[in-house]
Amino acid sequence: MRHLKKDLIHPTSVSRWSHIWSGFIGDKLAVLSLVIFVFYCLFALMAPLVAPFDINDPAFMDLMNAEIAPSWISNDSRFLLGTDAQGRDLLSVILYGTRLSLTIGVCAVLIQATLGICIGLVAGYSGGRVDNFLMRCADIQLSFSTMMVAIVFLAIFQSLFGIAMYQQLAMIILILVIGLTEWPLFARTIRASVLAEKQKEYVDAARVMGISSKRIMFRHILPNTLSPVLVIFTVQIANAIVAEAALSFLGLGMPATEPSLGSLISAGFSYMFAGSWWICVIPSLTLIVLILVMNLLGDWLRDHLNPRVYKD
Amino acid sequence: MNLLSVSNLNVSFRLKHQDLAALIDISFTLNRGERIAIVGESGAGKSVLGFSIVNLIGKPGHIESGSIKLENKELTTMNLRQLQEVRGKRIAMIFQDPMMTLNPVITIGDQLVETIRSHTKISYKDARNIAIEKLHHVQISSAEKRFYQYPHELSGGMRQRVIIASVLLLNPDIIIADEPTTALDVTIQAEILQLLLTICRDNGVALVLISHDLGVVSKVAERTLVMYAGRVVEEGPTLEIINDPQHPYTQGLLNALPQMTLPGQRLNQIKGNMPSLAERPTGCAFHPRCPYATPRCKQEQPGFIHSGESSVACFMVEDMLSEFADQSDQEVNE
Repeated sequence: MRHLKKDLIHPTSVSRWSHIWSGFIGDKLAVLSLVIFVFYCLFALMAPLVAPFDINDPAFMDLMNAEIAPSWISNDSRFLLGTDAQGRDLLSVILYGTRLSLTIGVCAVLIQATLGICIGLVAGYSGGRVDNFLMRCADIQLSFSTMMVAIVFLAIFQSLFGIAMYQQLAMIILILVIGLTEWPLFARTIRASVLAEKQKEYVDAARVMGISSKRIMFRHILPNTLSPVLVIFTVQIANAIVAEAALSFLGLGMPATEPSLGSLISAGFSYMFAGSWWICVIPSLTLIVLILVMNLLGDWLRDHLNPRVYKD
Repeated sequence: MNLLSVSNLNVSFRLKHQDLAALIDISFTLNRGERIAIVGESGAGKSVLGFSIVNLIGKPGHIESGSIKLENKELTTMNLRQLQEVRGKRIAMIFQDPMMTLNPVITIGDQLVETIRSHTKISYKDARNIAIEKLHHVQISSAEKRFYQYPHELSGGMRQRVIIASVLLLNPDIIIADEPTTALDVTIQAEILQLLLTICRDNGVALVLISHDLGVVSKVAERTLVMYAGRVVEEGPTLEIINDPQHPYTQGLLNALPQMTLPGQRLNQIKGNMPSLAERPTGCAFHPRCPYATPRCKQEQPGFIHSGESSVACFMVEDMLSEFADQSDQEVNE
């Protein structure tokens, strides 16, 4: 008998999470993804401690060391992954770059989520005209692609305030631009769940008890709509990192002095066919693996948090 | 003075093409500590009536005309803030399904404390003490432990007890119970009803019990309103209505109850269905299903005939009364 009596009792929240956890442990791909992701996060967090060189140190850039191949080719043990065109240790730059990319991704998605959740909740709960107005705003926002808005905005900013100013504020501006353009995804998802939750009797019961609408929205309905948000959250972080990398690749993202993974790839691209392939390929691989594990994790979460495909 | 008086209440649902009347000309009063029941089939408008008392009819429903007075305050014209004061504090409501009424992701204790704190400014600790006291009050064992549990960790009957505790938190004057025992099994039904009854009696709380089950009603309510298709068709003391129903619809409802004394018989039923709001028959809405229907029933809406404490809206009763009056007149003349 595989199904013990314990499994037949309807799942309590504790056992639901332990159920999900045991399912997770059994899924090798998911565990591997999580391990790699945690690995990335740890290294990104501890970049200043782990990196062999400090990228903010001016002595770090030495053109004499430019374009040294990775150590297994050049046998130069100082630079494990070789150096880039400015003579910076590629490993250190990638560590710092990952840190920057992850920060931008997480912060941008936090902005998206906050905006999207608030708008979606209000739209779904109020209904009627408010709902119509907010959702049409979301439609309009969605009809502009993120890239287009970001390119236009960043280009205007650069020409208005100059490159120097831009370089100082690049990270904040990138976070804002990516954060402000992709909220409709969250808003729509939340709104859909709110519409379903609103019909349930506990909402009526709360209203009958005279609890204010704001409290009902944020304290009663919101927690019941969070599992799809968690899924979008992971996938959106990956998307934000890709968006940032793409913008940086186009020269509109992080400046070369403060490289993110995208600007590293962009900088290395010009040396691609000059024989120094590692300057471009290694950061690219780093980015690809990061995005891949995040998407795998997101998929796994979607499959297992969605009650409709809640499998044994 | 009446605690709650509803007079000439009309509620309708506004659709694109037409207004559908859900409640027509409802009037009743409720005294302090009184227990009344509202009975009728599904679709009679019982729940709509319950919700309109606290002005919480879901869109597109709205109160067309009439007044609902709590003591001397008019509820139909209150703004949201004033209503939130009334809801919970003066009038509380219990719903049908205890599975759905409690928020699944918040602990029972937090839900109770939240209700108290949204109406009165007291510390979490004090609110917690009140909540635990009320949980004891509704005979929940180990209330301190339950306080920290989630709704799914309790049984159905236990949950309904928690809900009763939650409506008691603010010592309301009126409890509206919308089919409070329908989702529970029979043995627990009796317990919950008994609990509700003792609580109302002990605290002098007025109860509006909405039910389709005359058996349930007879145990709890002092007075009963029978509703059909959005109108009250008969009203009176519960015992009178059960022992001597006047309206053919009430008779039909009582006949439909299973009788323990007559084994092996088919259950009686009222033929046909409650008409939908859009296809309300002319005249007395019950006439297509009524065994005594006359041509007059198809055209006119009968008015209320009062006799003693009860009143009924039916031409048959009216005719019977007038015949009776004629006869006694003749006897007097002779």
